[in-house]
Amino acid sequence: MQSRSHVLTSQLVLLPTLVIVVYFLWGFTLYTGYLSFTDSKFLPSHNWIGLKQYELLWSNHRWKIAYANMFIFGGLYLFFCVTVGGLLAILLDQRIRLESFFRTAFLYPMSLSLVVTGLAWQWMLNPTLGLQKLAHDLGFHGFALDWIVSSKYAIYTVVLAAVWHGSGLIMVLFLAGLRAVDEDIWKSIRVEGIPAWRAYLSIILPQLRPFLLAAILLLTFNVIRSFDLVVPLTKRSPCFATDVPAKFIYDYFFARSNIARGAAAAVCTVVTVLLIILPYLYHELRKQK
Amino acid sequence: MRPPITPFSWQRVALYFCLSAFLVFFLAPLYVVLMTSFKSLEEIRESSLMLPPQVWQFDGWAKAWDHACVGLSCNGVKPHFMATFAITIPALLLAVFLGAINGYALTQWKFRGSDLLLGGLLMGCFMPFQLYLNPIAITLRELGIFGTAFGLILLHTVYGVPLTTLLFRNYYVSLPPELIKAALLDGAGFFRIFFHIILPMSPSILMVAVILIFTGIYNDFIFALTFGEVGKQPVMAALNNIVNSTYGVKEHNVNMAATLITAFPTLLIYLAAGKFFIRGLTSGAVKG
Repeated sequence: MQSRSHVLTSQLVLLPTLVIVVYFLWGFTLYTGYLSFTDSKFLPSHNWIGLKQYELLWSNHRWKIAYANMFIFGGLYLFFCVTVGGLLAILLDQRIRLESFFRTAFLYPMSLSLVVTGLAWQWMLNPTLGLQKLAHDLGFHGFALDWIVSSKYAIYTVVLAAVWHGSGLIMVLFLAGLRAVDEDIWKSIRVEGIPAWRAYLSIILPQLRPFLLAAILLLTFNVIRSFDLVVPLTKRSPCFATDVPAKFIYDYFFARSNIARGAAAAVCTVVTVLLIILPYLYHELRKQK
Repeated sequence: MRPPITPFSWQRVALYFCLSAFLVFFLAPLYVVLMTSFKSLEEIRESSLMLPPQVWQFDGWAKAWDHACVGLSCNGVKPHFMATFAITIPALLLAVFLGAINGYALTQWKFRGSDLLLGGLLMGCFMPFQLYLNPIAITLRELGIFGTAFGLILLHTVYGVPLTTLLFRNYYVSLPPELIKAALLDGAGFFRIFFHIILPMSPSILMVAVILIFTGIYNDFIFALTFGEVGKQPVMAALNNIVNSTYGVKEHNVNMAATLITAFPTLLIYLAAGKFFIRGLTSGAVKG
């Protein structure tokens, strides 16, 4: 009987968490979904208008830029974080001197906020006083690095800053994976005389699949959250060139007071990401079992 | 491949060359920002980006700390710093405490529906905050705490709990059941077991959770920007406002000093307790 009172207390203790799950997580998600089918402007309205908001959203030029940018940014960000992070992990796994110094230096950006990251890179890429000026001072007068003010290339500066911020995390994940590789495998690789690059590509890296899965999930989460980086980095970017869905949604919620349109954009973003990530997750987890 | 430690070879030279190149890439922004913060505006325009200042100036730091302008109030980052800690510390304590006791309840005293609750919490973790912004605004207005420190404490607690709960659940799930059985024989209650047996066994996971949640709340931008108190926004919103303000001469030294001051707390934690920091970052990911 004593144990039953413990379970009862356990249920009571979890009550606030139940409120969080039902109200703040799922309730809010469903409510936003509901709003996307109404004509809410500044205040929520309950006037159901079906898919009208979605039609208007997909004929919106700015939304199309933002949506395309999510793929450009997301694709490049994932690709470079994984390759740079993977390469760093392999380099650090070579029994080098000062390993912890290098590891600390590669990972510290992760402790900085995306705002700080964005502002530091905004300064580095400042066309009049930043790296471009440095190159000109050194005599490379043809050197042009004015991406941050270019409507075509500004999104790539976001990728650069994001990769700088995030690849250390992937390095740590992969390094943990490399350290878990059985010493016997290395012995047989040495006995067989397989060259190092070959061993990594066809024997070691395929063993890191679970770590790659974890890395991709973490990074995808950051792609949806890219607001924090885009806003500080490219405040004055021309013609919404660096708009991402996160920023579009924010602007429609608050600056433009068009709640329903913002909600429709939020739903489209989440559905897109889920459509990409869930099949991958399913495939990988089934394989692991 | 992990070779045995060998004397000189060209491969090793190439290896260290690559590492150094990455080192430059990762450290350059920090170095440039640091050097810029100590230069005068004139020197920033005249001298090279990579050179240290000819005359070390501390004006930028002083101004950034207590009289740079955030919107209309010109008190530097100082008041925002204090405001951020006033929000971060209570939210941190609440989220970590609730997470710990939730993790204990969910692993040791299961009931029908407790796994469902955990699942709901887990799925909620991966939704982007943008989805919640509008209902949050309505809720905070209804509660009368829109644009106040209380509003932010509530938000950071609510959205911190899923993360801390999972962290502690994963830690407590492998506790030996004999532990609880023995305590039950002694007649210990739910809270007594938690405070006297479970908590004393968890210093390292507590450290991980505290660091992870502190960094998360301190570095938050979107909640700070949207729901922060006017004149007392948390630092990240204030910093963005200082640097990206559209009027006046751009004082790059002040901006860079403000950036560094703001970055300092989390950077310090990382350097002092990197091991726990890394465990926090990767714990959510590797468990699966």
